Amino acid sequence: MEKIITGKAFILGDNIDTDQIIPAEHLVYSMDDENEAKMYGKFALSSVPKEQSGLPEGNIPFVKEGEFTSEYQIIIGGSNFGCGSSREHAPYALMKAGAKVIVAESYARIFYRNSVDGGFVVPYESKIKLNDKIKTGDEVKIDIENNTITNITSDETYSLNPLGDVLPIVSAGGLFEYARKTGMIE
Amino acid sequence: MGMTITEKILAKSAGKDSVKPGDNIWLNVDVLMTHDVCGPPTIGIWKNEFGTDAKIWDKDKLVILPDHYIFTKNKHANRNIDILRDFANEYGVENYYDVGTDKYKGVCHVALAEEGFDVPGTVLIGTDSHTCTSGAFGMFSTGVGNTDAAFILGTGKIWEKVPETIKFTFNGKLPEYITAKDMILRILGDITTDGATYRAMEFDGQAVFDLSMNERMTLCNMAIEGGGMNGIIPVDEVTEEYVKARTNKSYEKFYSDDDALYHSKYEYNAEDLVPVVAKPHSPDNMATVKEVAGTPITKAYVGSCTGGKIVDFEFAAKILDGNKVAVKTFIIPATVEVEAELSVVKYNGKTLRTIFEDAGCILSAPSCAACLGGPEDTIGRTVGKDVTISTTNRNFPGRMGSKEAEVYLASPLTVAASAVKGVITDPRDLM
Repeated sequence: MEKIITGKAFILGDNIDTDQIIPAEHLVYSMDDENEAKMYGKFALSSVPKEQSGLPEGNIPFVKEGEFTSEYQIIIGGSNFGCGSSREHAPYALMKAGAKVIVAESYARIFYRNSVDGGFVVPYESKIKLNDKIKTGDEVKIDIENNTITNITSDETYSLNPLGDVLPIVSAGGLFEYARKTGMIE
Repeated sequence: MGMTITEKILAKSAGKDSVKPGDNIWLNVDVLMTHDVCGPPTIGIWKNEFGTDAKIWDKDKLVILPDHYIFTKNKHANRNIDILRDFANEYGVENYYDVGTDKYKGVCHVALAEEGFDVPGTVLIGTDSHTCTSGAFGMFSTGVGNTDAAFILGTGKIWEKVPETIKFTFNGKLPEYITAKDMILRILGDITTDGATYRAMEFDGQAVFDLSMNERMTLCNMAIEGGGMNGIIPVDEVTEEYVKARTNKSYEKFYSDDDALYHSKYEYNAEDLVPVVAKPHSPDNMATVKEVAGTPITKAYVGSCTGGKIVDFEFAAKILDGNKVAVKTFIIPATVEVEAELSVVKYNGKTLRTIFEDAGCILSAPSCAACLGGPEDTIGRTVGKDVTISTTNRNFPGRMGSKEAEVYLASPLTVAASAVKGVITDPRDLM
């Protein structure tokens, strides 16, 4: 697992539900066939209301029309990120689009589990609200060892809640890797 | 220190004498349920991770209920059913309810109850967030993703963090114009969509125990809309009567101790409740029906795991009997059993089916249908700037199809009254 992750930030509001992250009509593509699987990247965050997409200005698509990956690697949300359905396609779609880390004030349980157990994206909790302090397009750096996020553009650093109980699963790269490491499965 | 029902069931499942909130434990799963949207990727992960000699931990404990995208020409959606069918054949999965056969059931959470998989005191995990519905039977049930489900499929185990419990007590007797949907929408308005995140929601009080199992399922179904890990109602004679009619399995009854510790407690007086809606675009965006009365609608929808049970159609029929609908009104039974009951259950001497047909409703076959939008040829899907009033459980942007549409969530009484008037209408005006 990388210790430092840098990239451009994409800013969202509160209550980003899984229908906004990947609309249900797209849940039919195979994840094993790369030609189909890349469609999850194409439609990632495609149902976020336009004015709420890429704050503070809005009207910025996470993935540009006709593309399959995003220029943003770090998503900054507000509270209750990933609420709604159990679809694991949600954190998977964000990963396929190229996202590596999400920073939000809080998460819905199933989305959080799926992110960790599937090893798709690292779901960090911020100690304070950050989606009004970082702008879409800002260069940010996540320091996994020290649990911090730095806005390189504005040279400000904020602390993040340690990953705690799920750190061993995140470090292993997912639930199955963790279970093999600890001898639960072969 | 005493324990709550949820804590007691989790302790038993983990093989421990006691647990407390925050404990990370490994549960032994009694039933794993999956469907056509999450089943194929779950099977894919299971095969990749366990290799060519992958084994199902216990075939009798696996239940596969295709229900989401059933009546569609979408070739990718149909391929998902083929994957489930091939898997069930290859591994001899008895509890597979195939589309296009006599075994087909319909919406998984209602079918689980009908087929006797909802057993008090047990742990049921499903690849669907509304798996919490089964908590109506005094059991622990919750939704997970594909990776967790694939892990269960191979090992029978899942890790969980023991949740704190919030208790919701409804004292007194419900007025005839109030349904379980009004109760849960009221709770969501009070606690918001993350008020119960990683917590159990326990329901009790006279008005809860007066509810039928169908209505109790509506209450537990939307625990997830408050972020809840599970919803749960203690077993009483109503539960036992239903369970004994559906299964011979033995079961264990758990009750919260008097000195159990709760995160918080909410109390309601049932007589004071009024019909409510959740306005667009969130299930916690509560308003009384009086506050939004007169809002024009373009569609009305009665269906889904939370709003397509026979009790929901009985409520709707009370209002629709002798009336005509003013907007397109969809009647989508959750399961084949509910669909059959429409032709048997009567109100004012007429079957519910006759009442709906005479009122000008559009009846269709059991599935999740437009609750979650689905493929473009899904019946009842919102298009353009539709304003739909619906008995379903979510009204997020784009949830029922169109990203420009607005969805109001309401009880079947309120949906039916609004369908008749063409504007959002308090059911008391027509009762």
